[in-house]
Amino acid sequence: MSDRILKIEKGDLLQMAVQKKMDGWRLAQICAVTIDQAYEMSYTFVKDKDMETLRIHLQPKEPIISLTQIYPCAFLQENEAAELFGVLIENITMDYKHKLYRIDVKAPFGPKEDASWQNEA
Amino acid sequence: MAKRSIIPFGPQHPVLPEPIHLDLVLEDEVVVEAIPNIGFVHRGLEKLVETRDFKQYVYVAERVCGICSFGHGLGYCESVEHVMHIDVPKRARYLRTLWMELSRIHSHLLWLGLLADALGFEALFMQSWRLREKVLDIFDNTTGGRIIFSVNQIGGVLKDIDASMLKEIDTILYDMETDLKPIMDTFLEDMLVNSRLRGLGVLSKEQAYLAGAVGPMARASGIDYDSRETGYAAYADLNFGPITATEGDCYARCKVRLAEILQSFEILHELISKIPGGDINVPVKGNPNGECFIRIEQPRGEAIYYTKGNGTKYLDRFRLRTPTTSNIPPMLDLLKGCQLGDVPLLILTIDPCISCTER
Repeated sequence: MSDRILKIEKGDLLQMAVQKKMDGWRLAQICAVTIDQAYEMSYTFVKDKDMETLRIHLQPKEPIISLTQIYPCAFLQENEAAELFGVLIENITMDYKHKLYRIDVKAPFGPKEDASWQNEA
Repeated sequence: MAKRSIIPFGPQHPVLPEPIHLDLVLEDEVVVEAIPNIGFVHRGLEKLVETRDFKQYVYVAERVCGICSFGHGLGYCESVEHVMHIDVPKRARYLRTLWMELSRIHSHLLWLGLLADALGFEALFMQSWRLREKVLDIFDNTTGGRIIFSVNQIGGVLKDIDASMLKEIDTILYDMETDLKPIMDTFLEDMLVNSRLRGLGVLSKEQAYLAGAVGPMARASGIDYDSRETGYAAYADLNFGPITATEGDCYARCKVRLAEILQSFEILHELISKIPGGDINVPVKGNPNGECFIRIEQPRGEAIYYTKGNGTKYLDRFRLRTPTTSNIPPMLDLLKGCQLGDVPLLILTIDPCISCTER
């Protein structure tokens, strides 16, 4: 049983996700974390008892491509990261455009500057 | 040419125990697409980790969901203990496993009751829930709570169970096995139940894997995976294996859950016979500094817990990926091509927990 976290470059994500899928790994979770004024995105894959996480560091406003073209099941978790953290995720196949949760504040879990965004209402 | 229409389903519907909304795109009576909409009960519980002491947060984690309450507390504690390299006493790990397996029995019996209710089989519904009450009574007698019982703590558990109580639990479990037999026979052999479940909502093994299905839903499609085999709590000391079926339909999902109840009885008998003596918790010094992902097999399937500490008493991040989050995409696959009248039953057979999903 292995359990490791690999730090990768943003540009390598799609290629590595395709390779994971071809090797029979299942996308288990996507997690966003706010670190200072930036983000950390973790993509965890599971195959039998093995678990591996790909880790990307993102600057605020730095877009990242969606994994839904490779793993369609990623849509809920990507929408959640976009809405709660303000991560810019491009080309989600089922994009809720920040309407997944009925919340009044934009990116409430995001960097502090984002958390202070005012509700238009 | 078929007439195309869109029917809103939920968030309030007699068969839905929790709020999920689906826009069902129909051609005549056949569903061609289902667009899910959640977000009615989002509470932002993960964010609270930044303002609660990491020891206090156990009580928040337990309140993510009523049915999986103990499991969420366990998952959170295990993840923090992993980060802090805490060696939990063996007796505490056995006690956690005992409450976890009882939670699985109670969750599956609750689901069976809801299924019977959805089928219009009131007597079966009441018999399933009558049996579930015995598990809740065990919770009450061992912890003082029936649903949320707050016995987990970082470093072990808060309450012990003495030998006479363990013996009594063992006896109750044998009685429950006897009581479960006619209920099980009815679910698996009754003509009306069979006619409603067999061949409905078939999810192939490949579909289930690609869509990320977990838990009984995945195992009913033949995926041989159960995250208890990763060996958390006391599972490494116990003999069990994933229970699978190959049909992938609603009947298989029901069959797997029934077999898992019997398996939990066996695990509990073995556990009670092996439980060691000793302490039930260890003192915790310092604060978590580091991160980890761990997997826990909740009654509804694999849940993933992520904890990131920064050396202070407040964590940077706690993340919970619930089984229902993983089971919604395969549910959408199931709904494509089904009859409108089958939608409630198909949603029910994934055993959705929206409260967990939205946190």
